[in-house]
Amino acid sequence: MFKAMTLPESEQRPVVEIFVEGRRVLAHEGETLAAAMLNSDVVPFRYTPVSGKPRAPLCLMGVCFDCLVEVDGAQNVQSCMVRVEAGMQVKIPRGARRAGDVK
Amino acid sequence: MSAQTHDLIVIGAGPAGMSAALTGAAHGLKTLLLDEQLRPGGQIYRNVTDAPASVAALLGPDYRYGETLTAQLDRSGVELRFGAMVWDVARDLTVTAQKDGQSFQVRAPQLIAATGAMERASPIPGWTLPGVLNAGAAQIALKSASTVPAGRTVLAGAGPLLLLVACQLLEAGVPLAGIVETSPRANLWRSLRHLPAALGAMPYLAKGLRMLWRLRRAGVPMFSAATRLRAEGNDRVQALTFTAGGREHSLAADVVLLHHGVVPNTQLSRLLRVDHDWDPVQLAWRPLVDAWGETSLPGFRIAGDGAAIAGALAAEPTGVLAALGAARALGRLTEEDCESRAISGRRTLNHQLRIRPFLDALYSPPEWISDPTDETIVCRCEEVTAGRIREMAKLGCKGPNQTKFFSRCGMGPCQGRMCGLTVTQILSKELGKPPREIGAYHIRAPLKPVPLGSIAAMASTNTETNKIKESLHE
Repeated sequence: MFKAMTLPESEQRPVVEIFVEGRRVLAHEGETLAAAMLNSDVVPFRYTPVSGKPRAPLCLMGVCFDCLVEVDGAQNVQSCMVRVEAGMQVKIPRGARRAGDVK
Repeated sequence: MSAQTHDLIVIGAGPAGMSAALTGAAHGLKTLLLDEQLRPGGQIYRNVTDAPASVAALLGPDYRYGETLTAQLDRSGVELRFGAMVWDVARDLTVTAQKDGQSFQVRAPQLIAATGAMERASPIPGWTLPGVLNAGAAQIALKSASTVPAGRTVLAGAGPLLLLVACQLLEAGVPLAGIVETSPRANLWRSLRHLPAALGAMPYLAKGLRMLWRLRRAGVPMFSAATRLRAEGNDRVQALTFTAGGREHSLAADVVLLHHGVVPNTQLSRLLRVDHDWDPVQLAWRPLVDAWGETSLPGFRIAGDGAAIAGALAAEPTGVLAALGAARALGRLTEEDCESRAISGRRTLNHQLRIRPFLDALYSPPEWISDPTDETIVCRCEEVTAGRIREMAKLGCKGPNQTKFFSRCGMGPCQGRMCGLTVTQILSKELGKPPREIGAYHIRAPLKPVPLGSIAAMASTNTETNKIKESLHE
């Protein structure tokens, strides 16, 4: 849905590896999780609790809450507000959050 | 009440917040600047300290100008806490925020909220489909991650930002499949009477004309006074359909970017229950503030677009004025000194405000944005439609807090940020009462969801709690 611009070599960021639903996704150091997921066309980001419809980010500035994903076991994380970290394990929420989330 | 930790706390490190904090520190106030982002700049100068040179060049001098503010922060003596998300402010101005998964409290007798603006919601059928984003989101992606929409991109709506984003995406090599402007034709005539005043702000007008010229030269298909917008697709957006020039159009699209201006983000001012009024020109709530940014709650001030939309260059002087007011209230400035130091800020502010009546009239959102068709989802979180809101109005609901109670509209994770204005406007029309009589959602803490562990971490560092623990051990 989005793509990283081709930057001159001197401006390129190191690549880090994250995992979305177990699938390897390459991201650039310093970017948000939402940007990394959009760049790799990981769409949708979640299925809603009410109707199960697919969603992806609307605002990318922490307002719309449509980019909520599960990060390293913590549910309902705004992916536009966290930065990618090597080895991050991301899951796509399907429906309402589960009880018993202790993270 | 928690103990006083600072003289002045500023929330938000955009242009208003940075200039407020810098002014506060320059007048000897022990100043703390908090921001949810990891770097200063706000949305307008997002990532300006770290953006690759080629991307900063593409975004232009108005963006790079932000560095003049961020550069001053380091040697200003302002205490900076980035990645700090404020989730509560008490009436005694105790601020509770979370950083690195732990909540903490700070308090100052003077608090300046510089929490800025957010894009007005553009509720059209299909706007919940993946691939439909706000135009501002595309700009944030460009600024913060050097990333741009892939595939056919359509921009739709009204406002200077729509054109700016279109130009920046063109520069970045994005193929634009169309720009669908929604400003009603009458806006142009209504704006003309404000043109003479706007001529005093030539750089803005020139920039606007340059943008229009750039888009035309690039041969981007442009449509004006469009209505009946609809995003089509099943699992993601495939097209934007609309009516323009008496014909129906359909533009195939992989990404649709919506924009209908920006509105003050009032979560914090609503939480503090200060006085607000409906702005009939900008069609949004604005907290009432005096010349020094002070609200109806003494010591609580608002600077920048969070008080009224006027743009980044107007936000700076309002930050200065709010901080001067704070210094005066704390007895660090005499009234005379305060007034004389405010002169240049006032002059800049007045100059910046000259263009506003023209822009507000030219880009006044079309009426249908606040009057969506029955099938349109208004509350994205709880998936409540405009029709359901109207139904509840007919059943006797008098305001947004009642429709929320009966339908969960505004009760999801975004806490009414996305649907609040629309619900007030639908009820206003349905019940035949002005928005100020309809009212707005009651906002309560936490302003954003906070894990229990984060609150528990605060208890273990809280001195009051420790005292109780110690007394229990004795």
